[in-house]
Amino acid sequence: MSRVGAYTAILRIGLAEAVAYRAEFLVWMLTTTMPLVMLALWTAVAASGGPFQGFHQADFVAYYLAAMIVRTVTSTWVVWQMNQEIRMGTLSLRLLRPIHPFIAYSAEHLAAIPLRAALALPVAVILLLTAGGGHVVQADPVRIGALLGALAGAWLLLFLTMLVIGTLGLYLERSLAIYEVWWGLFAVMSGYLVPLELMPGWLRGASDYLPFRSMLGFPIELMIGRLSRADALRELGLQWGWVVVLLLLTVVAWRRGLRRFEAFGA
Amino acid sequence: MIGRYLHLLWVQVRASLVTAMQYRVDFLVSGLISVWWMVWTLVPLLVVYRGRTSVASWTLPEALLVVAWFTMLRGVLEGVINPSLTEVGERIRTGTLDFVLVKPADAQFLISTAKFAPFKIVDVMAGGAVAGIAFHRLGRLPAPGDVGVALLLFLAALLVLYSIWILVVCWSFWVVRLDNLSYLFTAIFDAARWPIDVFRGAWRLIFTFVLPLALMTTYPARALLGTMDARTALAALGGSIGFAVLARLVWRRALSHYTSASS
Repeated sequence: MSRVGAYTAILRIGLAEAVAYRAEFLVWMLTTTMPLVMLALWTAVAASGGPFQGFHQADFVAYYLAAMIVRTVTSTWVVWQMNQEIRMGTLSLRLLRPIHPFIAYSAEHLAAIPLRAALALPVAVILLLTAGGGHVVQADPVRIGALLGALAGAWLLLFLTMLVIGTLGLYLERSLAIYEVWWGLFAVMSGYLVPLELMPGWLRGASDYLPFRSMLGFPIELMIGRLSRADALRELGLQWGWVVVLLLLTVVAWRRGLRRFEAFGA
Repeated sequence: MIGRYLHLLWVQVRASLVTAMQYRVDFLVSGLISVWWMVWTLVPLLVVYRGRTSVASWTLPEALLVVAWFTMLRGVLEGVINPSLTEVGERIRTGTLDFVLVKPADAQFLISTAKFAPFKIVDVMAGGAVAGIAFHRLGRLPAPGDVGVALLLFLAALLVLYSIWILVVCWSFWVVRLDNLSYLFTAIFDAARWPIDVFRGAWRLIFTFVLPLALMTTYPARALLGTMDARTALAALGGSIGFAVLARLVWRRALSHYTSASS
């Protein structure tokens, strides 16, 4: 019972912090301009020569607006936080507390989601108005439920990946460089820069065996109604399979890394 | 006077070089990451031009030239302009800006040359390589006169970028927080990777006149291709000098309003 109490307390503090630094928060959100930059390029493409491999102007608008929404709701910054805390040594304080650092991180970052969702709301309204309600997630309770599951799964996948990379900071000095490399891979393989449907066949084939699509492309495609009910459920199962894999990886990396961290202190 | 400032510049650059040389592995890492971002920028273009021969009347080699200038500009921005000016934010917050202000040299010069990131030279080289590939695909060399105009416009672009930064620093005398403003600026700067003709309506106006991204990458690329008209080039040069003068005036005004962190 006291664990639940501690968790909700951290959630409350996190929410209060997010509200207190709302201006800063807004500036951070505004830095998600890449989908708009990409949209400009594709708009010019669709304007000068008609639809591109079956993608019309409206499809591009829907895709990149959905990308903005998914990024807004699912992204976290825990890798920078961990990097900072490892270098400054404040991670030791977290270790002293009776709650596992990862649990505490998850509460701090979950607490930011209500505000993020509020900021994503205007984008969602524009999406519904411009792309037409019928085009976006058909009023199908199964797919709407799947979308919620997909957003939760995407958040977890991104969060866990950041924890793994952050934990590498216990072994290496330059874990942020690894994060940059990972981010580049993510942007190409997840459908952030270019919808995966437009990518060359070999790249799409490779993305079937990697977790990147589950982190972004899948929720986007689900949101704008490009997936059938059966496909949506299959992808959702695959996504949560990746969640389990990454969870195991996180636990192993942390256990081993912690031994190193203790060695640093001695 | 100028000799003294050149000497000061050399002292500051040497300090950064000495620091950088202590972390030689970083050179390798930043080099690899630069190449990686290069690929990252090229992927969307390659996908688009698989299905099209021209976008907004730019062919692939021409668009590659814009990417080349973008990469070089980003290299200079992150290697020369950003490191010093983000440090100012830290100095304002902690009050150590006072130590700079009491030195017997121009404060704007000192804060602008405080820190360099020499390894970003890799970005500039990568940009040059892409420009080389673009002209190889065009099957010709740029005319020497065009190269001169392109370099002049590139310098104008740097002047504008630097002036924007100085204005942001001036603003931070009042609002203090600088770091997330710099992230915001970097995010908007990303739009400069495509030719300006890709943007339409209000965006094109904003990126031409308010935040002149067109000047930064599209104009130098046009100059290299020999399709830049002289009047626009002159207007761009004049405008950038005017902007720098404005930034200087705002800086002096802001400095006279500066009250140290402690007071």
